[in-house]
Amino acid sequence: MTEATLNMEVRPAGGKASIVDIRGDITSGSEEALMDAYGRATADGVRVVVLNFSGLEYMNSGGIGLLVTLLVRANRQRERLLAFGLTDHYRQILELTRIDEAIGMYDSEEDALAAAGAS
Amino acid sequence: MTTPPDQTEQAEVIERAQPDEAQPAEPTARDAANWAQSISTLSVGEVPQEAINRNVEGKRVLGPMQGFGKMWQKTYRVRLYGADVRPTEVIAAWKRDFGSFWPEKNHFYGPLTGIEPGDVAVLNLPMPGRVKLSTGIFGMYADDESFTFMTLRNVAERFGVDGDPETQVVCVDRRRQWRRAGNIRHSATIRSGLYAVGAPFRMIAGGRKKDAGGKRGPSA
Repeated sequence: MTEATLNMEVRPAGGKASIVDIRGDITSGSEEALMDAYGRATADGVRVVVLNFSGLEYMNSGGIGLLVTLLVRANRQRERLLAFGLTDHYRQILELTRIDEAIGMYDSEEDALAAAGAS
Repeated sequence: MTTPPDQTEQAEVIERAQPDEAQPAEPTARDAANWAQSISTLSVGEVPQEAINRNVEGKRVLGPMQGFGKMWQKTYRVRLYGADVRPTEVIAAWKRDFGSFWPEKNHFYGPLTGIEPGDVAVLNLPMPGRVKLSTGIFGMYADDESFTFMTLRNVAERFGVDGDPETQVVCVDRRRQWRRAGNIRHSATIRSGLYAVGAPFRMIAGGRKKDAGGKRGPSA
């Protein structure tokens, strides 16, 4: 099996939100990286996390499972998850799994930040 | 020399069209072939008459966040010690002969050619109290090295390994979503139980209809 590669960077966005830039593959092996990035994104009391999927190269069913776990964590902590940068393919996957009903999806970073009230 | 107006217009049109033409098409994702197409309701192909297809055909697909009860993630593992076989071979055999790996008395009604992303199959599984659970599966994702279904013991046997699958159960969300409580009515277990309870009444009603039909029939 090929090694999954994933790089995540967290950057603040106006104090109200954080952006997590996802680059690489999201599989079941990405749990530590994803949860760590989420933890860093919300460390300063930030309540809105914006996932930037424009660098996403591959996602399997294990990756979808991780997104669900992340959503549950966000709901439990009363935080919001937003997303942008999804290609048509990944948009369709989020629709297929009905995750689009729980994560706000936007076309651009500006739109997502405006929705978060952070622009 | 002046350019005739019609040629200028043509040149402008070509110029304006260039940025669009130059835009690269969205690259095909590596996982594109592994995912099913988006659907709103489930559609099963032809199934034998004895199959109970009450909880699959025409049912709307819901996501994991729309459920009522606790959310569980269950992972089953079996190690194929001593089997000289590659992961891709195991998964290929598993997908191809998917229906044959179900334990005895469990009935799988699906495509004869194996299960692929987008396929829908009906499952009839025995439960305590002579209730037959009528449920189904929708193949959402499958690739060459992974496939999510729990017929592991029989798959291991196919490759000459007698192994007990390990089970890892994680409760992802302990809370119940009371605002989704209405979704209980879609539970395959509950619907199958009610269907079993109603069986004697359906038999009686069916018998009456037969009798009534016989009486109304033309006399010899």
